[in-house]
Amino acid sequence: MVRLTRVSRPNDDSAARRDQRHRVSFFGVAGEVLVTAGVLVLLFIAWQNVFNTWLLNGQQNGAAAQLGKQWLESAPSRGGAASSPNAAAAGQASVGPDANVPVESEPGNKQTIAVMYVPRFGTSWKRTIREGTGLDVLNSSQAGIGHYASTAMPGGVGNFAVAAHDTGYGSTFLRMQNLRIGDKIYVQTKDGFYTYAFRNYQYVQPNEVAVLDPVPRQQGAQASDRLITMTTCNPPYHTVERLISYGVLESFSTTPPAAIASEVG
Amino acid sequence: MYAALWRILPGPWWVRLLIVLVLLAAVLFVLFEWVFPLIDGILNKNEEGTVGT
Repeated sequence: MVRLTRVSRPNDDSAARRDQRHRVSFFGVAGEVLVTAGVLVLLFIAWQNVFNTWLLNGQQNGAAAQLGKQWLESAPSRGGAASSPNAAAAGQASVGPDANVPVESEPGNKQTIAVMYVPRFGTSWKRTIREGTGLDVLNSSQAGIGHYASTAMPGGVGNFAVAAHDTGYGSTFLRMQNLRIGDKIYVQTKDGFYTYAFRNYQYVQPNEVAVLDPVPRQQGAQASDRLITMTTCNPPYHTVERLISYGVLESFSTTPPAAIASEVG
Repeated sequence: MYAALWRILPGPWWVRLLIVLVLLAAVLFVLFEWVFPLIDGILNKNEEGTVGT
């Protein structure tokens, strides 16, 4: 009987050959481990630069859209009450140093400040700006742009300075080098819409904090302009330098500017 | 290593293939959801995009 059961299996010879073929060799396993490690590294790069960027870009855009819509919907009551002489007529305010542009006080760390729209970065591109430039803001699925603490707030005289990644975690400022002089940068707060116009770039070292000064890189100078400063890494995918973009406040409006009206709400 | 895994799996080839695909999906999910974010946090401690930090 024992003999019979053995006959039903492949004969001893081929079984032995099979065992030999399946013997685990050191180089076989080492090769597979190395190939696996290589695949894991490629997967990590794909996760970092494709999957996670795509995921967070969508989430950050969605969060900003929701916030912008919410502020716009709660605006009519504010708009009606805005009887200041500057906000009269078409809801537009002039923006000289003495102009009466609403400027919020600075909130606590990680609190929401504004929503930014930059048509040059993409027609549906929008991002939430939060207080502080820690990774808990820049990498957040609900934000993406961080406001440098103790720099001016949107519309304020001085320098409204913000930071974001160029690549990774939503690639918020990936297309910053596409900006052309005069391109509009819209910043929406619960008060309304600040329209900045792009003025110039600077390429600086990562430790050049003077770009955040009220008058950038002129320490102690008395500010009279209302600037926006955007910082990101340069070149894309590297962190050796910083790309700085400056813009100047052009106008304030309680209603959405025509160029982004379809994107707000 | 992988050949041994294939031999350990039960069933005909298409059942094994199905099991392998499910295992791959599970591994990818764990990597994308937990492992890669953790590694990224270790690799990129500096606050890129900001000046002065």
